[in-house]
Amino acid sequence: MKKEITRRDFLKKSAGVAATLCLPAWAACTQDNVEAFLREHFLELSPQQLTKVLRRLEKENLKRFGKAGTIDATPAMKGVVFGYGLDISRCIGCRRCVHACVKENNQSRKPAIQWINVIEFNKESGIDFGEADPYYCSPGSIHNKAAGEKGSGSSTQELSKEQKAILQNPESQYPLYQINAEKPKTEAAGGCKVPRADHFYVPVACQQCKDPPCVKVCPVKATWMEPDGIVVIDYDWCIGCRYCMAACPYGARRFNWSEPELAAEEFNPDTHYLGNRPRRRGVVEKCTFCIQRTRKGLYPACVEICPVGARKFGNLLDPESEIRYIMKHKRVLILKNELATHPKFFYFYG
Amino acid sequence: MHFMSFVKTSFKLWFSGGRYYWAWIVFLGLLIVSGAFAYRDQLADGLIVTNMRDPISWGFYIGNFTFLVGVAAAAVILVIPAYIYHWEPIKEVVLLGELLAISAIVMCFLFVTVDLGRPDRVLHLIPLIGSPNFPSSLLAWDVLVLNLYFILNFFIVSYLLYNAFLGREYNKAVLLPLVLLSIPAAVSIHTVTAFLYNGLPARPFWNASILAPRFLASAFCSGPAILLILFQILRKTNGLKIKDAALSKIAELMAYAMFINLFLFGAEIFKEYYSNTEHLVYTKVLFVSVLGKTSVHYFMWPALICSFLAFLLFLIPKTRRNIYTMNAGCLMIFFGVYTEKGLGLVIPGLTPDTLGEIYMYAPSLTEYRVAAGVFAVGFLIFTLMVKAAISISLGETVMLGDQSRDSRI
Ligand code: SF4
Ligand code: SF4
Repeated sequence: MKKEITRRDFLKKSAGVAATLCLPAWAACTQDNVEAFLREHFLELSPQQLTKVLRRLEKENLKRFGKAGTIDATPAMKGVVFGYGLDISRCIGCRRCVHACVKENNQSRKPAIQWINVIEFNKESGIDFGEADPYYCSPGSIHNKAAGEKGSGSSTQELSKEQKAILQNPESQYPLYQINAEKPKTEAAGGCKVPRADHFYVPVACQQCKDPPCVKVCPVKATWMEPDGIVVIDYDWCIGCRYCMAACPYGARRFNWSEPELAAEEFNPDTHYLGNRPRRRGVVEKCTFCIQRTRKGLYPACVEICPVGARKFGNLLDPESEIRYIMKHKRVLILKNELATHPKFFYFYG
Repeated sequence: MHFMSFVKTSFKLWFSGGRYYWAWIVFLGLLIVSGAFAYRDQLADGLIVTNMRDPISWGFYIGNFTFLVGVAAAAVILVIPAYIYHWEPIKEVVLLGELLAISAIVMCFLFVTVDLGRPDRVLHLIPLIGSPNFPSSLLAWDVLVLNLYFILNFFIVSYLLYNAFLGREYNKAVLLPLVLLSIPAAVSIHTVTAFLYNGLPARPFWNASILAPRFLASAFCSGPAILLILFQILRKTNGLKIKDAALSKIAELMAYAMFINLFLFGAEIFKEYYSNTEHLVYTKVLFVSVLGKTSVHYFMWPALICSFLAFLLFLIPKTRRNIYTMNAGCLMIFFGVYTEKGLGLVIPGLTPDTLGEIYMYAPSLTEYRVAAGVFAVGFLIFTLMVKAAISISLGETVMLGDQSRDSRI
């Protein structure tokens, strides 16, 4: 008798498991439709196929945000390779670029995904990632507090509950520093006024390497370098293995750990297939030099917003461009030069 | 026709077993169900249910994958000493090794799959259908060699068993080259997996050329450790005729492998501490806390001590011949290598991240449940295969022909 029940239970359970396991797969099949599943690699699509893909994705947007927007696939301009310059001596660490980028590029608001990581360094120690504080002006900034122990590696400093919680879930603090960037609060509330004394700021996003390790390691060619030097990702091809994240020396890549949340009224409808079109769960994304803007001759959003003009952008192949002027006349610095990834992102002292 | 009765016989074997057998099967079944539910949550909510985040984008799943590649590789390499020392039931040693390899590879595939953000797109990895990034991506290579290795082993095992089942002599000219081929294949899967980590200059802890040799050395410990215990169980339950001398010989070989493993590890640690550059921080994450943030070192120290003790136990003839100390040594080696190759490899590799952020990772409950489920699937496959294979191979279940067969390849 007893045996009977347990066995029936067991069968019921396993049937339940089978059903629940199959359901999402089945739902994904009908929704994503077979077309998307059987598609060719982006670089092998014919113009007609590409148009079809773009229209299908716009329809998906319509369902998701109530407006289709436009998804184009404007190709690279001839004779253009983009390069970026960032004036470390001017940057004040206000994080306006971070938020302009989020708005322009339809990043997930929850969990918050940000492509630009502004890092605070100590003037005394220079650019030393062991001393980096990406969470300055927020309670997450434990680097400052334990700085004395840095390097000894044996700190016994007790962390507060709040700090521990933040360590367990780094995303939890993004909203905090969003608030900070808009209206600086007092130190006590975890906010502060930037730039802080004795500190300087280095914003880091994808360095658009000329020899990108992320492209080298991707097992399915879901990420590649375009003729204008922009390293792009096909969000519909990426399998989410995150090998590229392990390979990138600049922590530039972000993963969609859950379904990205983006409110309809915050959706920027002018998008590029390889750039700011809304993403789905389980794929990797990163800075694309605002491919949807720059291929049409506009500046990236971060360049436009920067209040102190620390950000410069231009064509590396044009000897008259501002970026070439900077490379010729300023002291240029490249992050992690020794790794020979040859970034097209140049820091300089103005 | 023969094949159908082969399948039928196997089924019959699976459903006959004692109380312990059924308890074991039910236990595995429960773990699988729990894992399946956990994985369903992960499919529904995304990988956010794990504790992996952008600063540490690989975790428990990939750690287990790495460990199991080692098990898969080493199980087959055991063929070499079996040959050299003429262990008696060499066919069974080969067979069990290959079966373990097959189950380990299945677990590897499952661990990679559960780690993917988009498992629905795995076909992109397959040549011709997808766009595997040859020759530059080592992950693409890894998928390829693991598949080949799986097919190879699967073929050898089926061939051996089917012939044993029919009571006919297998063709040495077919089998021997395949078995010999599986040895370099075993080395290659583990080397490619090591290179997968090794080739990332962004991660100094992995970017050390000692990694691949270390992987092989530690694999030579963990794979045989499992087989040693298995041989003893089968000796009791299925009358597998393996001599104590063969067991202690395996243990002796493991002692040498462990010595090499510890030596290579020590060499790495010396380099890190003596040169004391900023790269030392990763080793510190492994062994001491950094900035008051702690994690792996709780396991790493016991693991290291276990590995060392097991080395001593297997080095001293008296203790490696004693069945109790030998088994204790096996368990210690298992724990030691599992820690060193699993989280002990992944966490310090990714912590601190490339921009210096320290996010201390520990697996979430979902990760534990999914991983336990995957292990249960592997053990279930292994149990069922061994159950069928051993009685067929030992001649308990024969369809035709006589039973006196040479058990040598
Ligand atoms: S910075 Fe990272 S993501 Fe960007 S191109 Fe270089 S390796 Fe790739
Ligand atoms: S996560 Fe996506 S883009 Fe990155 S390596 Fe894997 S498949 Fe390629």
